[in-house]
Amino acid sequence: MSSTVISHDAAHHGSHDHHHETFLTKYIFSQDHKMIAKQFLITGIIMAVFAMLLSILFRIQLAWPDKDFPILEVFLGKWAEGGRIKPEFFLSLVTIHGTMMVFFVLTAGLSGTFSNLLIPYQIGARDMASPFMNMLSYWFFFIACVIMIASFFVESGPASAGWTIYPPLSAVPTSISGSGLGMTLWLISMTLFIASQVMGGVNYISTILNMRTKGMDLWRMPLTIWSFFLTAIVGLLSFPVLVSAVVLLIFDRSFGTSFYLSDLVVQGQILPNEGGSPILFQHLFWFLGHPEVYIVVMPALGLTSEVISTNSRKPIFGYHAMVYSLVGITVLSFIVWGHHMFVTGMNPFLGGVFMITTLIIAVPSAVKAFNYIATLWRGNIRFTPAMLFAIGMVSFFVSGGVTGIFLGNAALDINLHDTYFVVAHFHLVMGSASIFGMLCGVYHWYPKMFGRMMSTKLGYLHFWLTFLGAYLVFFPMHFMGIDGVPRRYYAFTEFPFMEKWISVNILVTWAAIVAGLGQVAFLVNFFGSIWRGKKATQNPWKSNTLEWTTPVEHFHGNWPGEIPTVHRWPYDYSKPGHDEDFIPQDVPYSHTMSSNSYHDFEGDEEAIAIQRAWNKENNRSGEE
Amino acid sequence: MKLKINNRFRSILGCLLLTSIFFAGPVLAFQQDTVVVDTTAGEETSMAVGVESVVADTATSVDGIANGADSTAVVGTSSGDTANASSTAAEVKQIDPQVYKDFFYYVLLFLVICTVIAVIGKVISIYELTHKMNGRYNPLAGNTLQAVLLLLFLIFFLWGVYYSYTVWGNWSWRDAVTEHGEKIDTMFIITTVITTFVMIVVHILLLGFAYIYRMRANSKAYFYPHNDTIEKIWTIVPAVVLTVLVLFGFFTWRTITSIPEDLQKSALQVEVLGEQFMWRVRYPGSDGEIGKRNYKLTTAENPYGIDFNDKNSWDDISGEHIVLPVGRSVRFHIISKDIIHSFYIPDFRVQINAVPGMTNYFQFTPTVTTEEMRDRMNDPKYDYVMLCNKICGSAHYNMQKKVVVVTEAEYKQWLSTQSKYFTEDLQKEFAQQSKEVEGITTASLN
Repeated sequence: MSSTVISHDAAHHGSHDHHHETFLTKYIFSQDHKMIAKQFLITGIIMAVFAMLLSILFRIQLAWPDKDFPILEVFLGKWAEGGRIKPEFFLSLVTIHGTMMVFFVLTAGLSGTFSNLLIPYQIGARDMASPFMNMLSYWFFFIACVIMIASFFVESGPASAGWTIYPPLSAVPTSISGSGLGMTLWLISMTLFIASQVMGGVNYISTILNMRTKGMDLWRMPLTIWSFFLTAIVGLLSFPVLVSAVVLLIFDRSFGTSFYLSDLVVQGQILPNEGGSPILFQHLFWFLGHPEVYIVVMPALGLTSEVISTNSRKPIFGYHAMVYSLVGITVLSFIVWGHHMFVTGMNPFLGGVFMITTLIIAVPSAVKAFNYIATLWRGNIRFTPAMLFAIGMVSFFVSGGVTGIFLGNAALDINLHDTYFVVAHFHLVMGSASIFGMLCGVYHWYPKMFGRMMSTKLGYLHFWLTFLGAYLVFFPMHFMGIDGVPRRYYAFTEFPFMEKWISVNILVTWAAIVAGLGQVAFLVNFFGSIWRGKKATQNPWKSNTLEWTTPVEHFHGNWPGEIPTVHRWPYDYSKPGHDEDFIPQDVPYSHTMSSNSYHDFEGDEEAIAIQRAWNKENNRSGEE
Repeated sequence: MKLKINNRFRSILGCLLLTSIFFAGPVLAFQQDTVVVDTTAGEETSMAVGVESVVADTATSVDGIANGADSTAVVGTSSGDTANASSTAAEVKQIDPQVYKDFFYYVLLFLVICTVIAVIGKVISIYELTHKMNGRYNPLAGNTLQAVLLLLFLIFFLWGVYYSYTVWGNWSWRDAVTEHGEKIDTMFIITTVITTFVMIVVHILLLGFAYIYRMRANSKAYFYPHNDTIEKIWTIVPAVVLTVLVLFGFFTWRTITSIPEDLQKSALQVEVLGEQFMWRVRYPGSDGEIGKRNYKLTTAENPYGIDFNDKNSWDDISGEHIVLPVGRSVRFHIISKDIIHSFYIPDFRVQINAVPGMTNYFQFTPTVTTEEMRDRMNDPKYDYVMLCNKICGSAHYNMQKKVVVVTEAEYKQWLSTQSKYFTEDLQKEFAQQSKEVEGITTASLN
C-alpha cells in the first residue's frame, strides 16, 4: 500500500478510517502500528510482572535458606514441598526469570513497543512498511510467551539450565529434570520469538529507510529513531545465529546428533555421542548474546536522549557524536562475544583479542554518558516522572558500565567470572538501565498512546521506590562477587566464607520486595489512567518531534491531512531569539526568522542571503 | 467536595473491614468440619461479590477527583486477593490455617500502607487546592522537591559507596595467595580506583546539575548543541585510560595463560575431574605422569574411567582433598565427566571450566600455606576451597573440595597416606580381563 493512497483517503474521511473495524480487527488482529505497540507493551508488562515475581521467590530462598514458608506450597505445590523451594526449581526460577526479562521484556517489550509506536510517528509515516508482518511479529511473540509460561505446568518443570542454556546440561535430560519437556518448550518458544524479532526488524529497517516524510533526512532523525534503526540491524544480523544454535540443540536433544556433545558419562551412563563440542554452542549463543545486550540497551539510550533533551529544554549535546557512538557500539558489538568465554578454555590469545575489542566499546559508551551530563548543564530541567527515570537510567548505565571494565579484562575476569559481580554488573547496566529507559518511555509517550496523562504523584512514588530498590538490590552484589560467591547458588549455607553474606542477602531481599510492591504504584497508574487519567493535550511536554503534531485521538493513518514536512532537526529547544522554548520539526525557518542562525542553512547561499537581509532590517546580529 | 472525600474514606474503610473478615474466614472454616468449609467458601464468594460492588461504588464516587487512581490501588488489590483466598481455601486442605492467617496479615498490612499512601496523596492535593484557591500556588514546587530529593539521593549514594567499600569491601577482600594472583590484585586495585573515581564524579555532575539547573520561573536553558573540543577530549581521555588498562591486562593475561613448555613439564601435575556433584582429584604417583583416561571404560568400580592398560595409571593416587606444596608450580588438568563445571578457587584467583571432551589447564604457584593464612585471617578454621562455578544441577551450590597448602615435607607425607586408584579389586579384574584378551589373541593367532 503506498502512502499516497492512504493520505488521499485520510484527507477525505477525516478521522474515520475507511475500513470497517470490528473489535477483532481493532484490538486483536490489528495492523495499526499504534495498537501493535500497545499490545507489545501490555504483554511486556505482564511478562515483567511475572518474571519479577519469580525473582522475588528466589530472593526469598536466598535470604532465608533455613526457613519454611508454607504459603509457597499453596502456590507452587510439589516445587516447594514443606514451604521450601527445591534446588531444581530454584534453578528454573533463575532461568525463566532471565529468559523472560532479557527476551520478552527488554527486547520485545522495549523495542517492540517503542519501535512500533515511534518509528512511523517520528519519521512521518502513516504506518509501518508492512503492517501485516508487523501483526505477525506480535502474534509470534505472544505465542512464544504463552509457551514459556506453559512450561511451568509441565510435570518435569520448566527449563533450568540457566538463561544461557549451555549444553550438555540443557541437552541431556538425565542431568537435570528441567532439561526434559521444559527445555523443549523453551527451545520452541525461543524459535518463535526469534521469528517475531526478525519480522519486526525487517519492518523497522525498511520503514526507516523508505518511508521518511519530506525533509526528514537521516541527520534530522531523532536519536530514538537512530537507536531503533541500529538496534534492528543488530537484531537482524545476530538473532538468526541463535536460531542455528537452538536448532542444532534440538537436533542433539531429539535426533541423536552430536553437535555439542562428546565424551559424556551422565549419572553413570555412558552416552554414545562423540565428536561434538559444548564450546561451539557458547560461540553461537554469545554471537547473539552479546549483541543482545546492546539490542536491550540501545533503544533505552535512544528514548532517554529524547526525554532528557525535551525536559532539559535544551538540545541534546553532541547529536552527531551520539549517533556515531551508537554506530560504533553497533559495529563493535559483533566482535566482543568472546569476553563471555575467557575461562572456557578458548585459545588464550583469542581471549586477549576479545579483551581489546571489549574495552574499546567502553569509549563510545563513555561519550554517551558525558553527553547526557553536558545536556543537563545549564538546562531548565523539568522533573516529570519520565525525566527522573531518564536520569536514573544514566546513573545505572554509568554505575553498571564501569564494572564492565573489570569483566572485560580477561585477567580480572578469571576471578570474577560467573560470580555475583557479574550479576550486579549486568543487572545494573542492562537490566535496570533498560527497564528505566523503558519506563521513561512509558511515562513520556503515555499521552500519545492512550490520549490521557498518568498520575505524576504515583509516578514519583514509583520512581523513588524503584530507583532506591534497584541500587540496594544490585550494589551489594559486587562485593559478594569479589569475595568469590558464585551466581545461581541455591543457598549460601554450605561454605563458611559465604555465611557472612546472608545478612546482606536479607537486606537485598527486603529491598527487592519493597521495590516489587512499588511496581503496584505503576500498574495502578498505568491501567487506571487508561480510563481515568486526565485528558491529554496534543503536545503535553512541548516537544519538537513529529508525533506531537498528530491529534490526540487515534485513527489509522496518523495525520488527518497531509503528512507534515520536516524543516529542521528535532532538538531546537530554547533557541535564542524565539519566543517559546521549543520549535517543532515541522516549523519552517521562514517562520522563525528571529532565531535562525546561518549555521542552520547548511551552506544554502540563497537562504543565508535572505536571512542576512532580514537581520539587517530588524537590527539582529546574526553570528556568522 | 467534602462529601466526596467522606465517601472515599468510608469505602476504603469498608474494604479493609471486609478483608479482615476474609482473613478470619478460612481460619474459622478449618476449625469446623468439611461441610462447613464448603459453606464458608460460598460465603466468601458472596463477600467477594460484595467487595466488587463496593469497588464499583468507589469507582463512581471518586470519579472526577484528580488523583482517584490512589483509591483503586487499594480497592483493586483487595478484590484480587479475595478471589485468591476463596480458590486456595477450597483446594488445599492439609496446610495449617495459621499459614493463611499470616499471609492475610501481610496482605492486610500492605493494604494499610496503600491506604496511608492514598491518604497522604489526598492530603497533598487538598493542600495544593487550597493554595490554588488562595492564589499562593507555586507550580514549580513539585519540581523543586524532586530536585532536592535527587540531591539527597546523591548524598545517600556517596555515603553508600563509602559504607559499602569500607564494610563490605573489607569483608570481601583477601589478598591473593598465588604468584599470578598478586598481579591480578594490583590490576584490580588500579581499575577500582579509576572506575570509582569516574562513577563518583559522574554522579556528582549528573545529580548536581539536575539540582542546580532545575526549572525556575522565567529562566531559559542555554542553547548549546555541541562543542567539538570538549567532545574530542572526552573521547580521547577514556580511550587513553582504557589503552593503558588494556595493555596492562593483556600482558598479565598472557603471562598467566602462556607458560613456557619447560615450565609446564617441570610443574607438579594434578588432574581434577568434575562430575555431578563432586570433584575427583588424581595425583600422578611416583612416575610423575598421569595415566590415560577413556570415558568409555567408566564402570561402577572404575568411576573415573581410568585406562589401566596404560602403566602410568597404575600408581595414580586419589586425593581426598587438593593438597599442594607451597612455592611450587602446579599444573592442573581440568576435565569433566558429564556436563560443564568450573574449577574455581577464589583465594588463588584461579578459574577454568571443566568441559567434557577436552582438557583445560591452569598453572599457578601457591605462596601462602593454609596455616599462615589462618594466622593472617585470625581464624583457626579457615580453609581454602575449590568450588563449582558453572551451573550444573540441583546440588551445584554444594560442589566443593577442600584445598590445603602445606610445606613440601607435609605434602609428601600426606601423599603417602592417600590410596591408589588401581585398587586390589580392580587389579584382579584387570588381570582376569587381560588373560581373557590374551587367550583370544592367541586363539586368533593360531
